[in-house]
Amino acid sequence: MAVDPIHQFRIIDLFPITKIGNTEIFFTNSAAFMMIAVAGITAFLVGATAKRSLVPSRLQSAAELSYEFVASTVRSTAGSEGMKFFPFVFTLFMFILTVNMIGLIPFSFTVTSQIIITAALALTVFLIVVIYGLVRNGLRFFNLFVPKGVPIYILPLIVFIEILSFLSRPISHSVRLFANMLAGHITLQVFASFIILLGTGLGVIGWIGGSLPFLIVVMLFALETLVAFLQAYVFAILTCIYLNDAIHPGH
Amino acid sequence: MTDDPRGTGNRDEPPDDEAALSARLQRLGKRLAQANRPSENGSGPRQIANLSGFARGFRLSTELVAGVIVGAMIGWFLDRWLRISPWGLIVFLLLGFAAGVLNVMRAAGVVRDRRLND
Repeated sequence: MAVDPIHQFRIIDLFPITKIGNTEIFFTNSAAFMMIAVAGITAFLVGATAKRSLVPSRLQSAAELSYEFVASTVRSTAGSEGMKFFPFVFTLFMFILTVNMIGLIPFSFTVTSQIIITAALALTVFLIVVIYGLVRNGLRFFNLFVPKGVPIYILPLIVFIEILSFLSRPISHSVRLFANMLAGHITLQVFASFIILLGTGLGVIGWIGGSLPFLIVVMLFALETLVAFLQAYVFAILTCIYLNDAIHPGH
Repeated sequence: MTDDPRGTGNRDEPPDDEAALSARLQRLGKRLAQANRPSENGSGPRQIANLSGFARGFRLSTELVAGVIVGAMIGWFLDRWLRISPWGLIVFLLLGFAAGVLNVMRAAGVVRDRRLND
């Protein structure tokens, strides 16, 4: 019995929505899980802030905690001026966190294990940084590529390297989230399949031996929960760092 | 929200560099390790340390690879566009590698973080 660890990432067309040219646009399982995540976040935040009591309920303090967590991250990374981007960063953080957590439920689909999703998120951040930086600072935005205190004869080389480093941001930004989720879920699936392979292959001894990979799966699951949170946090904080470049380029 | 519950300090001067991230991640890792210490499972803190090492390695490697990929892509397109093959690829692959190393040094907090590393 072969277990295919990639199978869990397959996109399934649920029903067609519209047709553009010769391409049919389908509502996929990925879109469905994204909508579930958005609905879940909306229900959580609207439900938590419905009463707005002075002494917060459990749900309300969870919402306040997530707000303060992201707000302190934004403020300490991008300054108080960065708070105008707080809604954006908060949306990104909550979306990625929820989608990662939903992906941990068995038989569900992990939206962030598709690079097109993370690349779209990272490119959105990148374009916002470039456009806002140019609008706010004009040509001073390009000071970002000219570090201070560099001798003039190697400055052209350094500027080239800085530009390439800047352009590589959306790639590393998106690949990190995507690869972490993909690798984690494949590892989980592979170790889980060992249990079944041992159990069906070797009978009673196999089931006893299968308890070892089972133990590993339990520990990996805890690890993956931490990774799911950590990657959402890393994505949000890198967004803040990049936005900080758009707000204060000449540093 | 005037006080900082996590003690990250110094919020009026925003760090201007990615080096801040590694410092923050280290602090997060420390806090997580502290939070996990009372658990009866003896291997808890060690696993957290492993994870933060894993996450750190992942971050550094993607930074390096991203730089090289961007350099290679720009070089390849310049080659096709200006028909100067293979010079665009050679030059921009090297520049991309340099940019990748710069990314890694920033992410690891080697450069430009004397202010932040204390």
